[in-house]
Amino acid sequence: MTTKTANTAAIVGVAESDLGEVGPGVTPLDLIGQAATAALADAGLTKDEVDGLFSASVYYPMANLNTAEYLGIQPTYSDSTNMGGSSFVAHLNHAAAAIEAGRCEVALIVYGSIQRSASGRLVSSGESTPYEDPYRPRYPVSAYAMAAARHMHEYGTTREQLAEVAVAARQWAWLNPKAFARDPLTVDDVINSRMVSSPLTARDSCLVTDGGGAVVVTSAERARHLRRPPVRLLGAAEAHWHRSISAMPDLTRTAATESGPRAFARAGIGPSDVDVVLLYDAFTINTILFLEDLGFCAKGEGGPFVSDGRIAPGGKLAVNTNGGGLSYCHPGMYGIFLIIEAARQLRGECGDRQTPGADIALVHGNGGVLSSQTTAVLGSPATG
Amino acid sequence: MSPAATSPPATVFREFLDSGRLGFQICASCEQSVFYPRVLCPHCGGQDLRWRESAGTGTVYSTTTVCRRNETYNVALVDLDEGFRMMTRVEDTPPEDVRIGMRVLLQVRHDPDRSEPVAVFVPAEA
Ligand SMILES: [Zn+2]
Repeated sequence: MTTKTANTAAIVGVAESDLGEVGPGVTPLDLIGQAATAALADAGLTKDEVDGLFSASVYYPMANLNTAEYLGIQPTYSDSTNMGGSSFVAHLNHAAAAIEAGRCEVALIVYGSIQRSASGRLVSSGESTPYEDPYRPRYPVSAYAMAAARHMHEYGTTREQLAEVAVAARQWAWLNPKAFARDPLTVDDVINSRMVSSPLTARDSCLVTDGGGAVVVTSAERARHLRRPPVRLLGAAEAHWHRSISAMPDLTRTAATESGPRAFARAGIGPSDVDVVLLYDAFTINTILFLEDLGFCAKGEGGPFVSDGRIAPGGKLAVNTNGGGLSYCHPGMYGIFLIIEAARQLRGECGDRQTPGADIALVHGNGGVLSSQTTAVLGSPATG
Repeated sequence: MSPAATSPPATVFREFLDSGRLGFQICASCEQSVFYPRVLCPHCGGQDLRWRESAGTGTVYSTTTVCRRNETYNVALVDLDEGFRMMTRVEDTPPEDVRIGMRVLLQVRHDPDRSEPVAVFVPAEA
């Protein structure tokens, strides 16, 4: 299909680093180095051709300085916007804008984390607030738990429907040799696993793994001369409305209701045109909220929409085909892996989990506690 | 001018708690409630914020039972009748018995772990 969007930027290289549990001594920068090297090789470019650098990290407050030094590059355009795990989809948006404006030509987006090997739990920034800290919510799960509780209250969403999201992700993970969690998982297993913050259990929650990723973006013109068929960025948008969960106006409605329609409008297409959907599934409620907020179903109908295997392999809509943050990989800020899987689906490289003839992918990042929402619509080389 | 008018918002909030009260702000321009306290109104941008003592009556907007190694406890979001929302916990009832829509009443209690006052809520009906 042909879209209305001007073809301004394209993804020309993607790669992961070692994933899962990399063991003691490996640093986040080592994983960034692995992923960046592999993504540049995928693109057929060298590090010296990179002039735009984009990264975010909980380890390095000045993330781009550490990253550029380690990689041995001297970017002339540098952006380490950090709005949580959604940052990398925002970086894609920012990189495209910078390329379009002529501020850089080859943009490298990178991430690396060793949360599993270092501590076995999610690392957060350590910021404090006198208005929430005294109540000791488990960050971030208690915030998502209260969103789930509210969604169940308002729309009758059930515990079983939440569990269906985790089961579908696991079934996709069975088809992905790189997925971390591949043992059997049933709805009952999810519901009966250890309660973390009700109604969410350990199996409603993302993995804690190590991992890094890298994405290379350049102009559509330059992309035509590279070794890989370019994946087109058709439209992207971002929105954020709050930081702390007590400041979120409506826990059942995220800023994806704004980022999604804007990204679709820029792409000139809508949800019914999408072949494969990559959503940031930090917790099972996320997938339900984002399917609703991005227009794949009406508000309140996310529970039935994900039930009976409809988002599992062979279902109605291919969602989180890599196994997601729930079963594939979640090193703390997962957003870059959404882009990597979407690009591979659109290049037709996904083997057993490939969505046949995928032309349009939607990538949706989430950060903080449902705080920042970033959406990108990508097109296969055939859409050019 | 009262000391409260020139003190930082977080300091005034703490002074309210120290005297057993929950403070919040009302914007003189748009008349909306502001919480947490700050130096400008996030609704209209106005800078004339007036401190008020909350009546302490509200409704549970959402709730979760937090499970840690050796304990479970409640965390809730409560909508105060004055039109603002805050994180808190509902005490004097098992955490899993806290329900969305439940009416609750403010109690400023001493937090032994933090050695400071904390605004919690209890069920309004016995
Ligand atoms: Zn105002």
